[in-house]
Amino acid sequence: MSLLNLQLKVWRQNQGQPGHFQEIQARGIPDHASFLEMMDIVNERLIKDGSDPVAFDHDCREGICGMCSMTINGIPHGPEKATTTCQLHMRKFRDGDTIWIEPFRARAFPVIKDLIVDRGAFDRIQQAGGYVTVRTGAAPDANSILVGKEVADAAMDAAACIGCGACVAACKNASAMLFVSAKAGQLNSLPQGQPEKDRRTLGMVRQMDKEGFGNCTNQYECEAACPKEISVRWITKMNRDYAIASAKEAFVGTTERTEGGE
Amino acid sequence: MSLDSKTPSGPMALRWSKHKQDSKLINPKNKRKYTVIVVGSGLAGASAAATLSELGYQVKCFCFQDSPRRAHSIAAQGGINAAKNYQNDGDSVHRLFYDTVKGGDFRARESNVHRLAEESVNIIDQCAAQGVPFAREYGGGLANRSFGGAQVSRTFYARGQTGQQLLLGAYSSLNKEIARGGVKMYSRTEMLDVVVVDGHAKGIITRDLVTGAIESHAGDTVLLCTGGYGNVFYLSTNAMGCNVTATWRAHRKGAYFANPCYTQIHPTCIPVSGDYQSKLTLMSESLRNDGRIWVPKKKEDCGKPATQIAEEDRDYFLERKYPSFGNLAPRDISSRAAKEACDAGLGVGPGGRGVYLDFAEAIGQFGQKTIAERYGNLFEMYEKITGESGYKQPMRIYPAVHYTMGGLWVDYNLMSSLPGLHVLGEANFSDHGANRLGASALMQGLADGYFVIPTTIAPYLVTQKPGAVTTSHPEFQKALEDARARTNRLLNVKGKRSVDSFHRELGLLVWDKCGMARDKAGLNEALKRIPELREEFWSNVVVPGSGSAANPELEKAGRVADFMEFGELLCLDAREREESCGGHFRTEHQYPDGEAKRDDENYCYAAAWEYTGDLSKPTLNKEQLTFEEVHLQVRSYK
Repeated sequence: MSLLNLQLKVWRQNQGQPGHFQEIQARGIPDHASFLEMMDIVNERLIKDGSDPVAFDHDCREGICGMCSMTINGIPHGPEKATTTCQLHMRKFRDGDTIWIEPFRARAFPVIKDLIVDRGAFDRIQQAGGYVTVRTGAAPDANSILVGKEVADAAMDAAACIGCGACVAACKNASAMLFVSAKAGQLNSLPQGQPEKDRRTLGMVRQMDKEGFGNCTNQYECEAACPKEISVRWITKMNRDYAIASAKEAFVGTTERTEGGE
Repeated sequence: MSLDSKTPSGPMALRWSKHKQDSKLINPKNKRKYTVIVVGSGLAGASAAATLSELGYQVKCFCFQDSPRRAHSIAAQGGINAAKNYQNDGDSVHRLFYDTVKGGDFRARESNVHRLAEESVNIIDQCAAQGVPFAREYGGGLANRSFGGAQVSRTFYARGQTGQQLLLGAYSSLNKEIARGGVKMYSRTEMLDVVVVDGHAKGIITRDLVTGAIESHAGDTVLLCTGGYGNVFYLSTNAMGCNVTATWRAHRKGAYFANPCYTQIHPTCIPVSGDYQSKLTLMSESLRNDGRIWVPKKKEDCGKPATQIAEEDRDYFLERKYPSFGNLAPRDISSRAAKEACDAGLGVGPGGRGVYLDFAEAIGQFGQKTIAERYGNLFEMYEKITGESGYKQPMRIYPAVHYTMGGLWVDYNLMSSLPGLHVLGEANFSDHGANRLGASALMQGLADGYFVIPTTIAPYLVTQKPGAVTTSHPEFQKALEDARARTNRLLNVKGKRSVDSFHRELGLLVWDKCGMARDKAGLNEALKRIPELREEFWSNVVVPGSGSAANPELEKAGRVADFMEFGELLCLDAREREESCGGHFRTEHQYPDGEAKRDDENYCYAAAWEYTGDLSKPTLNKEQLTFEEVHLQVRSYK
């Protein structure tokens, strides 16, 4: 194991105030440490010096919860392909490196503190249709809904999304198309998702626009940054589903939820 | 207080049906008058919140993460059991029930386990209907695999991300209800205390983790779905935020804490690499099918590269000690054997806490390609974390804590000894006894949330006038002041040691004395040291920043303060239980071959601890466990 001396340029910001980069020396960092453990060490020293530690989001530290969200040297989750920040290890850096650490930047992801951003927009998009309306207890036997293996596998590819927001942070337009298309695409591909397909697609896309995410201009930075390697083909599918749903809406009428019967 | 489990009588297979028929119902018009507080949004919390909202209750749901989708259920890999018998291999509700009772080493409540097995089949139906992308056969039906040594194939799975997919399913139902207005969601909001009014849980105190505001919420009942306490060991496979605060605060307000000493250790985790380590990562146990576990015979070889240690200088200790099971010896046996080797100074890797898991022979026999097909993703994960290739040199592994079977005591209705406080999922003690079988945690969380609590909440609520208590009640004011005072106290110690340094020390201590193997002398040492450490914490901790903004250090401080209290109860319970069973191994109580020696005559009970105001002197209440269907027997691997 060797030790690294690094120069960090870390984004510091309090809610509602302008932010700035702070230079922090990170000396003697074990190369076996994960990136977040490096941040733990730095924070421990800041606390010891009576300074304000760097606030960052993290939880599972095994690449599945989607909570960690740092842009490292300009790349969401850093330089390693298909790897979240928490799974990135310091041996990928060299002694003497300068590392720029920023939050996931997007207008729809306001900064709460330092590297912590508010990704509540993702929840609201899913509340706008990212579900199958099925009451607990009202489900038929699981094997009465047959799903071909290829279809199930494709749905699982989309469902692997961890909702971290790297796709948004990577996009020059801060578009959320990869996220939204993966979430809608999973359900729109499955037989269980067919009855609500149009309503789901319109609801989620409109909420996405309302949240202030930008448009997709087919640069595919999102796919490159995605730690779960979600394919941009889901965006193609969503565009198709959206076109069909809007056309139906224009010719047949509204697909808005109507409360009736109860 | 006496412990009435409210278990229904009659034939085991009919008890749950009978109980449902006998349970009172609430008229749909009246349901909307009741407010239910749900703390936690993992499998148990999200499924309960969504389902209760569907039924018409007003639900308030809280989680400390930025989104309910991030609860730690998301990290479960393997699968979920259900007695569907889609494989026609002889599975049944009774067999799943039997396996779970026996697997729990006869320390679970039979009636609860039977109900769990009954509901398992409904869970799969529910999740499939939500669009959970379970693995499928080519014909479109659901695929199964066998798991955890079960003789039938009853585990449903979604690649290696079953927990994630089940949680996203529950989260989608939760979203549906949030959109409809039935659930009000409070993310980045941590529960600090339970509010008790006239002996009933009637609300909670929370801290908004963005603004720092400490607030109160009133409800007609409170559901804790807040997971386990594995992070008392500091290093575990739990997420960093997992904590005991909600259940511990409830314990201090009257909820009994049952069997805290039942903790589960997983043998194949990636070892600690240094004192900066923040968490441990689990690798699937299936690796032991092809890997051989060994340590050097001589201490002087421990620092050498593994490939330079001659064959005759290696001790394949599992093969030597357990010739019939070899490297596939049960989890607890394998874990303890690894600890013994490292205790003897024969461990490998940084700090000497690791043993080799060697694939050289399997690669020689089957080729690297075959091994990569079987375990490629695990080899990749190992390399990402350690920087070493498991193909070129042996992997290093060490056991780690990953699940806790103990939790708040609950009756058959999932209500704790504090009236009005219900506890679901890993946070309660009920279904796994002293040891949990693989693929059963997801099953229990969802059974409790989707199918049990929607029925068992009504018998309590009908006794309560809805909305009778509001936050203007003096008890709420008092609890608010207490929480504010505690927060200020943490901020004002202004000592010299960081929160993490205390947590690390506590974790090392309980891991050493109350981890894989325990004995009375060690537990006594821990019981002496923990109160000292706690005192030092309150006089020397430093929490920077203020309480009136986002402050992750303050959040950690509150959680560690509770672990400091809980750790003592954990050790007390382990000392009190003079037997070995499941995840609790007392070195004084073992058979000559090293197997756990249970004492059914004296310890066939759930230990439900009551807070007395003195952390070192809780009162022990016992719920005697009776086994009517599955007869007590030695859990043998021979």
